[in-house]
Amino acid sequence: MAKVLVVTSGKGGVGKTTSTAALGAALAQSGQKVAMIDFDVGLRNLDLIMGAERRVVYDLINVIKGDATIDKALIRDKRVETLHLLPASQTRDKDNLTDEGVARVIEDLREKFDWIICDSPAGIERGATLAMRHADVAVVVTNPEVSSIRDSDRIIGMLDSKTLKAENGEQVEKHLLLTRYDAARAQRGEILKVEDVLDILSIPLLAIIPESTEVLRSSNLGAPVTLGSPNSAPARAYLEAVRKLQGETIVEVQKQRGLLSKLFARRAA
Amino acid sequence: MNLFNFFKKNTTSAPVARERLQVLLAHERTIVGGGESDLVAILREEIMAVIAKHLAVPQDKVQIKMDRGASVSTLEVDIEIPATLTGLRPAA
Repeated sequence: MAKVLVVTSGKGGVGKTTSTAALGAALAQSGQKVAMIDFDVGLRNLDLIMGAERRVVYDLINVIKGDATIDKALIRDKRVETLHLLPASQTRDKDNLTDEGVARVIEDLREKFDWIICDSPAGIERGATLAMRHADVAVVVTNPEVSSIRDSDRIIGMLDSKTLKAENGEQVEKHLLLTRYDAARAQRGEILKVEDVLDILSIPLLAIIPESTEVLRSSNLGAPVTLGSPNSAPARAYLEAVRKLQGETIVEVQKQRGLLSKLFARRAA
Repeated sequence: MNLFNFFKKNTTSAPVARERLQVLLAHERTIVGGGESDLVAILREEIMAVIAKHLAVPQDKVQIKMDRGASVSTLEVDIEIPATLTGLRPAA
């Protein structure tokens, strides 16, 4: 079953696009079929981070308006063949991003891919709400600073109320991705600690991405950090995050079994 | 006093950030939390209409708050009624 994952944050510049690229590439490297969608109409950047900016012909709006088929619009990565990108439109108006149009694209992609990763724009407007609308899983990207945490809190509230899952009485599975974390500064009390952020936002931790020059270096070269610098600390953290995302269902099944066997054990006793 | 100052000097900015956020978010979750804001607005309007039928209480004396919890949320309605309206003398 395909999973729709939204990478969101509220605040801009915290690492949504970088994280989308890194997680998408890491999932694809593990053999999964991945499609990444850039929802930032007018300010697209996922193509640039992926090093595919010169290969963009069609975009999400073209697909929604029927100018191109989804297969034509998807850009296949040259390094990992199961990794695909659907860029945002740079010139079109955001009004073209319709609820039904996005629903159709997601439905179509669900049949062809294992993971659909939606790179949300900053803010809480149309692009952001549509990016999270169909999500099964959400990765909330947060920096250890007050403005980012406040905005993440707002986004968590929206994930719990404005998504399809929430409207159907279900829950979007939420994970915290703490980026640009400097453990030494946290130790000195200069920035908030992981525990503080987790305590305030109260959603489970997916991974801590340490502050590193490798992230910027990879962006400069147009490669997700998991491909451009796979042995660096941030890449290892993203790879670990992906293992957790994939392991999630297995853990759940084991938990259920545990509960059942406990019940049976009690009955037997 | 000296001991207190000693600890205070060592205080860094992160704990201040933590405390400010906790206070702020507790407040914001009640007001702007997701789709609850619409609900609170509707409730406020209807509750105000009911009160107006019986008492002339100024709008700003009625506080309506929704608190988002993990398993239960609470709706808090705080109505401040001026003594002149109840005709009762305050307890001595």
